[in-house]
Amino acid sequence: MNHAKPFNVIGRAHERRDGRGHVTGTTVYVDDIGFPRMCYLKMVRNPLVHARIRGIDFSEAEQVPGFVTALTARDVPKNVYTILCLIGVEPDDEPVLAEDRVRYRGEQIAAVVAETEAAAAEAAAKVRLDLEELPHVLDVEEALAPGAPVVTHWGTNHFVYEGHHCRRLRYGDAESARERADHVVSGRYQMSPIEHAPVETTGCVAKPEADGRVTVYTNTQAIYFSLDNTALILGLPPHRLHFVGGTVGGGFGGKVDVMVEPIAALAAMRTGRPVKYMYTRPEEMRISSTRSAARIYIRDGVMADGTIVSREVTTYHDAGAYSRHSPYGCTKHAANAAGPYTIPNVSVDVHCVYTNRQPSSAMRGFGVTEASFAVEMQMDRVARELDLDPWELRLHHAYRNGDERPYRKRTEDASLVEAIQAAATLAGVELAPELHAMSSNDRDWGAE
Amino acid sequence: MTLLRGRGMAAVNYPTGMNLGGDPTQALVHATTTGAFVITLSSVDLGQGLKTVLAQIGAETLGVPFDTVMVDTGDSDTGPHCMGTFASRATHRAGNAIIQAAEEARRAMLDVAAEELEAAPEDLDTDGEGNIVVAGVPDKRISVMDVALAAHFKQGRTISGRGLYMKPKSDLDPETGAMDPDSTEAHACTVADVEVDTETGQVRVLSLKSAYEIGKALNPALVEGQITGGAWMGMSHALYETTAPYYPALDHSPGDFNNYLMPGAAELPEIESTVLEMASANGPFGAKGVGEMTANSPIPAIANAVADAIGVQITDLPITPEKVLRALEQAEPAEVVL
Amino acid sequence: MTARAVSFELNGAPVAALARPLETLQSVLRDQLGMTGTKAGCRQGGCGSCTVRLDGEPVLACLVPVEHVEGHAVTTIEGLGSADALSPVQATFHERFAVQCGFCSPGMITIATALLERNPAPTRAEIAEALAGNVCRCTGIVPIVDAIEAAASRMREREGAPA
Repeated sequence: MNHAKPFNVIGRAHERRDGRGHVTGTTVYVDDIGFPRMCYLKMVRNPLVHARIRGIDFSEAEQVPGFVTALTARDVPKNVYTILCLIGVEPDDEPVLAEDRVRYRGEQIAAVVAETEAAAAEAAAKVRLDLEELPHVLDVEEALAPGAPVVTHWGTNHFVYEGHHCRRLRYGDAESARERADHVVSGRYQMSPIEHAPVETTGCVAKPEADGRVTVYTNTQAIYFSLDNTALILGLPPHRLHFVGGTVGGGFGGKVDVMVEPIAALAAMRTGRPVKYMYTRPEEMRISSTRSAARIYIRDGVMADGTIVSREVTTYHDAGAYSRHSPYGCTKHAANAAGPYTIPNVSVDVHCVYTNRQPSSAMRGFGVTEASFAVEMQMDRVARELDLDPWELRLHHAYRNGDERPYRKRTEDASLVEAIQAAATLAGVELAPELHAMSSNDRDWGAE
Repeated sequence: MTLLRGRGMAAVNYPTGMNLGGDPTQALVHATTTGAFVITLSSVDLGQGLKTVLAQIGAETLGVPFDTVMVDTGDSDTGPHCMGTFASRATHRAGNAIIQAAEEARRAMLDVAAEELEAAPEDLDTDGEGNIVVAGVPDKRISVMDVALAAHFKQGRTISGRGLYMKPKSDLDPETGAMDPDSTEAHACTVADVEVDTETGQVRVLSLKSAYEIGKALNPALVEGQITGGAWMGMSHALYETTAPYYPALDHSPGDFNNYLMPGAAELPEIESTVLEMASANGPFGAKGVGEMTANSPIPAIANAVADAIGVQITDLPITPEKVLRALEQAEPAEVVL
Repeated sequence: MTARAVSFELNGAPVAALARPLETLQSVLRDQLGMTGTKAGCRQGGCGSCTVRLDGEPVLACLVPVEHVEGHAVTTIEGLGSADALSPVQATFHERFAVQCGFCSPGMITIATALLERNPAPTRAEIAEALAGNVCRCTGIVPIVDAIEAAASRMREREGAPA
């Protein structure tokens, strides 16, 4: 590849390929897709928080004109969402349709299929649930305290990371360094759960084909991920499924949980008809995953001259009632929890905690957004307590090329120094000459 | 009514790719018989413009005009595997896969052209306008369309290529957390200026000024789209949005857009940015992922700006008027409370 | 529930639809009349993605019972322009990258078009107010305001007024 030539195509603001479709309303999204004899799936959901299911009565629902069928746990060949096992993380924990327990308000219990959307909604509303309420826990630290109601099926309210109760990072000796430090600066930072809130809700249309395959039109962010998970749940060889998508009305991480395709495909196979399953807006807001609420405690050991010699981070990541992608996200968070700074002693504990709340999962910045939020507020806290310039504090500690990160990887593409300098220039902030002279390649503020 | 001004900054990193790797993407490239090219893959466009930037990467590598490169994606029957669009991985992984596939297709194209022109392939180059020329001999040229026709109907060979990019899955040490989490890191720094109304507790973001280091801006307009969209979402995250207004309680969880607060057009700050390009060794044309980072640096910058304005840190997002008023109530006058 | 016929003008042509009582205009447009450019982002009047024009006035189709449009004129995004003949607002949205995922675009373009018809030279504040009921999650809204300003300017130029 001859990179010495000037670029012809890249580096230019070429117009969007799909722009004309978008502005004329002709781009096809999943909800725009329909087929003859298509029916609609609505989910019956847990109205309580934590409960045991004693019985489900469909007799009234079946009387609704247009009712086609209903599915419960026993209809699902492999009744567990498998999004983690495909990336080698165990155990899977969330049923496609609840079996004996429901663990969060809104959890799916039964799928009702009917000729029209209105009929499906009416029938779903007429399904009678016999539920026995169980004690629930909502706070991450309460969930880890002895005696808390147990959320998971394996008996602890935390994900087990290779025998540990949290994902851990240990670099140097943070505790000793903190004890020798001149100052200790501590903070508690709480990130709220937020919704992806794409303007297009999550959904799919599953269509059984004459050759026995099932085509699923979906707005998933990950075609094969969704296909493979659906195949596992349905007990089908993956090549029997045909997933079509690629056009999404906003994702932000909210359309990677594979929540709708398996049950819709199952319904299509059972009824022999196309089935559409689109989340309503209230479902998108209250049921679909959120960003996790993360409670982050940071404790820094700082010398009188402003050098941060130790950083201890304890994070309680609220996974909600089920794992979804949280165990993976906590590991990613652990790598980023100390921030883009060279600090010689770092200790990180990330607890993936289960509560009886709406499950959280991937969202734009997964694992890193909360780290950046907490670390940058903590840096300002250090600056305030020690009366340091916040710019100088960042620039001194910003990692350089050749520095070792706390996860023991040598840095090769550092550019934080330059980004900070450029932002200062843009904002009209005058940096002292020695700060202006810094670069990611200078290594003259090393940690070692 | 007192309006307090504050300024805050935040510096962040953002990793490209799925944590610990193991997230491959494949791409196929083939020429049509009339010299257009089709890139076939399964990567999903969420609106960020992936289909456009991947066509650019393909066109640049092949050396053909942008308009002649089609992207066919989102069908598992025709497109090879892609892990998905998340973790700021799509341009990086799919882009690299396309470069590999397009390089193979380009070599095949030049071989066919060489035979047609009776020249050596190493003396040939594309002009980026749909022709293949012999270096130093302007009359000796052939259109890409004629090359494609010759390949298929005369020489009986394909012009196509295959590519796959993967950062191999690595393990981490469960005791120390030692790991290789990402392919490359992008960086950003945001400076936020805010104004806090001490009577209502409302925070107005006056401006967000940011620098983003992203390796290479393959399509500057799409990058700017992420910067502006991310700035808005970051502002929303810091000050407006929540699914649990009284977290961890379930009360008052919004079920519609009327109750899920986000800033509207009237709340927009001045958004200024500068883009730095320090090429990544493993990114397509040096590009790093950008889609998630742009929402991250504004959040703490705004929170830090509020703290600067009112003299006390509110460390619980979103920073609502209620929280601001409580913080002002609890703060000793003219004293920083931590 | 007996369906009944509802007749109205759609994008300049007469149509008739068979509607259930109180079925929304959004549902009739999308499910019966093939006008899927009008989106269904929430069906609660909260997102604006179903904005259409009723006798020129912007309305949220998800909140309009179709009986109310009997004898009236409805314009959807399909009636504004086509891929080879974009309206000025459609053109500036495309040129200025005021679209990303595109899901809010029909609603945004519709409300912007209605705004510019009644106010050919809006200030940015007036544009912002007009967009208050339309959610965009991707663009950060600034490019949309810019595009509307640019469309206004282009339209005034064509009319011979100072840009």
